[in-house]
Amino acid sequence: MEQQFDTSKIGMWLFLATEVLLFGGLFVGFGLMQARYPQEFIEAHEHLQRPLGALNTVVLLISSFTMVMGVLSAQRGDKKKVVMFLVLTILCACIFLGVKYFEYSHKFEEGLLPPRWYHAQSTDTVRDAAGNVSHGYGTFFAFYFMMTGLHGIHILVGIFLLSWIAVRAHRGEFSKAYYTPVDLVGLYWHLVDLIWIYLFPLFYLIK
Amino acid sequence: MENAIKSQTRIADRPRPKINYLNATHGIWSWMSTVDHKRIGVMYLVGVLGAFFVGGMFALLVRLTLLTHDHMLFGRLLLTADAYNRVFTLHGVIMVFLFIIPSVPAALGNFVLPLMLGAKDVAFPRLNLASFYLWCTGAILAVVGMIFGAIDTGWTFYTPYSTTTNGTVTLMTMAVFILGFSSIFTGINFVATVHKLRAPGMGWFDMPLFVWGIYSTAIIQVLATPVLGITVVLLMLERVFSIGIFDPKLGGDPVLFQHFFWFYSHPAVYIMILPGMAIISELIPTFSRKTMFGYRAVAYSSVSLALLSFIVWGHHMFVAGQSQLATVIFSALTFLVAIPSGVKMFNWLGTMYKGNISLETPMLYAISFLLLFAIGGLTGIFLGTLSVDVHLTDTYFVVAHFHYVMMGGTVIAFIGGIHYWWPKMTGRMYSEKWGRIACTLIFIGFNMTFLTQFILGSRGMPRRYYNYLEQYQPLHAFSTVGSWVIGLGMFMTAAYLLASLRKPMDAPDNPWGGTTLEWTTSSPPIEHNFEEQPVLTKAPYDYRPETVAH
Repeated sequence: MEQQFDTSKIGMWLFLATEVLLFGGLFVGFGLMQARYPQEFIEAHEHLQRPLGALNTVVLLISSFTMVMGVLSAQRGDKKKVVMFLVLTILCACIFLGVKYFEYSHKFEEGLLPPRWYHAQSTDTVRDAAGNVSHGYGTFFAFYFMMTGLHGIHILVGIFLLSWIAVRAHRGEFSKAYYTPVDLVGLYWHLVDLIWIYLFPLFYLIK
Repeated sequence: MENAIKSQTRIADRPRPKINYLNATHGIWSWMSTVDHKRIGVMYLVGVLGAFFVGGMFALLVRLTLLTHDHMLFGRLLLTADAYNRVFTLHGVIMVFLFIIPSVPAALGNFVLPLMLGAKDVAFPRLNLASFYLWCTGAILAVVGMIFGAIDTGWTFYTPYSTTTNGTVTLMTMAVFILGFSSIFTGINFVATVHKLRAPGMGWFDMPLFVWGIYSTAIIQVLATPVLGITVVLLMLERVFSIGIFDPKLGGDPVLFQHFFWFYSHPAVYIMILPGMAIISELIPTFSRKTMFGYRAVAYSSVSLALLSFIVWGHHMFVAGQSQLATVIFSALTFLVAIPSGVKMFNWLGTMYKGNISLETPMLYAISFLLLFAIGGLTGIFLGTLSVDVHLTDTYFVVAHFHYVMMGGTVIAFIGGIHYWWPKMTGRMYSEKWGRIACTLIFIGFNMTFLTQFILGSRGMPRRYYNYLEQYQPLHAFSTVGSWVIGLGMFMTAAYLLASLRKPMDAPDNPWGGTTLEWTTSSPPIEHNFEEQPVLTKAPYDYRPETVAH
């Protein structure tokens, strides 16, 4: 049984490695574009709502804590607590997505969008000879939507996974001897949190 | 005579078990819902060989179109230029993503790896089945894409053409995305299996070299494929939402696509060749009846190829406009990455030297591999040399190079492996006579087709071109005739292999005198592979008389 548990963990860690590389490509792309449009990226990021981003960060950190507590409860075979902590984690995830919805709406209203649709207000300083705003601003938001969007999809998938194991826990499928799925989903959830920990400073904080 | 595998008291002539993995359960659903790695391997084999057939038909069509300068055959135009672009693109996409990348790992690796490790199955049998169904989904999407207009971008999907052309780019790239996950899951499965499911007594350096090769491949599959995933996602976003990352009019950079694409696709070619090399590392010791020369060197070279493969992608972009410094560095690294391949070549030769060589069909394929991969690998070095590449890039020289390594290398090794493990998988022996004839035809046909293309390329014939200068026509015609010889050899191979299935199941457990664990169980194996858990007590490829059973 222990060999199976260890093997499953190896499998999940390998999958997490693939996720890192998936997002890694986007991080590299962001870095390249930031080098290309340094001034635009600095000005563009001022439009992000830092308090909301910070709130989301705190929410995800709490969700990781509740997840850890869920795994601990599973290790102890405490069915009720497992379900409770999983539900709390799901709640945090839903709050995260809710905040994201407000942030996205704000961007759409303000016209802070990828280059093809960018029509934000005239505080942008980098322009060409004809007075057109540089594409760097739109590029910043292209990456903003792609990266937070991909992350959001992973949060959504996480909500499904958490719900599924919450149901299984409620049915009594886990015990001290077997709680592998809880552990593995926990690993996945921590990665999703970790990716946000990188995204938040990259977009909201770096000058 | 003692067999050095403990807990096995019978040898090759023990009674054949009545129930094996093929007849243990019946009916389509028992196959479609199987989690038996052997059945999954067989289903994959059928699938990838089907893809090989379709991709091969497209290849024959490409060559037929180039047979004559005016593309006419029997008074009719074979393909328009637009159709031609679609046909060579589909040839590439099918061969790369549906055939060669899954081929050895998913078809042979799935079957053989657990047996070689003395295990009952892979680490995650249901994930294995999921991998197969993902492959099927990718295949179906690709077929749908072909029906609804196909694509003409080349298998490399370069922007800006791929973001602006008509055709089913989004659908095909979605197929590629799904096939990527099939590959990733296989990679995860194999890495976990090798780490955790080895038989007692089997340390890392007791494993067969086939396992080292598949393991190294699996590492690349896990680390590189996600980058392809994000690349095609970006391409789809660009096409559907004009996100702007590759479009200069929107502040993007088309060359960025090439960097992203080749960051996966260069390691991908090592996903293609490492398993082929892994097979050769089994065939040569067995058919030389001699221990592998430099086992550790070959093992380490597999892993180092996997790692080094990640840092040479820029050699596909020497003329794409990257900086001179980057170009020089990539060229130097490309020379470096050739070294582990060279190490293997010399070790294989060293194994054969003073060995007791027998020339059964698998060995003929192994020797063909040595000759053809040598040419393919060497011409890769020519292309990695900057001053030469500026002339040869995007010519038929490149086409010849990669066909020598992919087809002359991997496909030849794959076919050799199919023959080697055929008795184990099916319980039957194929016809040696026809095997040797077909191998000879394929070898001759292959060189006719592709050696010619080195000449075409060095004389200036560009790749992917529909129209060509009159002066190239004789060489094109010769190459096309060569493709017919290959086709004949391939059809012949399919015919005698399928014919062997009508014979009774009478193959011995160990027809070739192999020393790895799969030869200690019956041909075909029982459902759970071994009657009792094998315990390994001898070194790999130990052909000393006192250790060998016969």
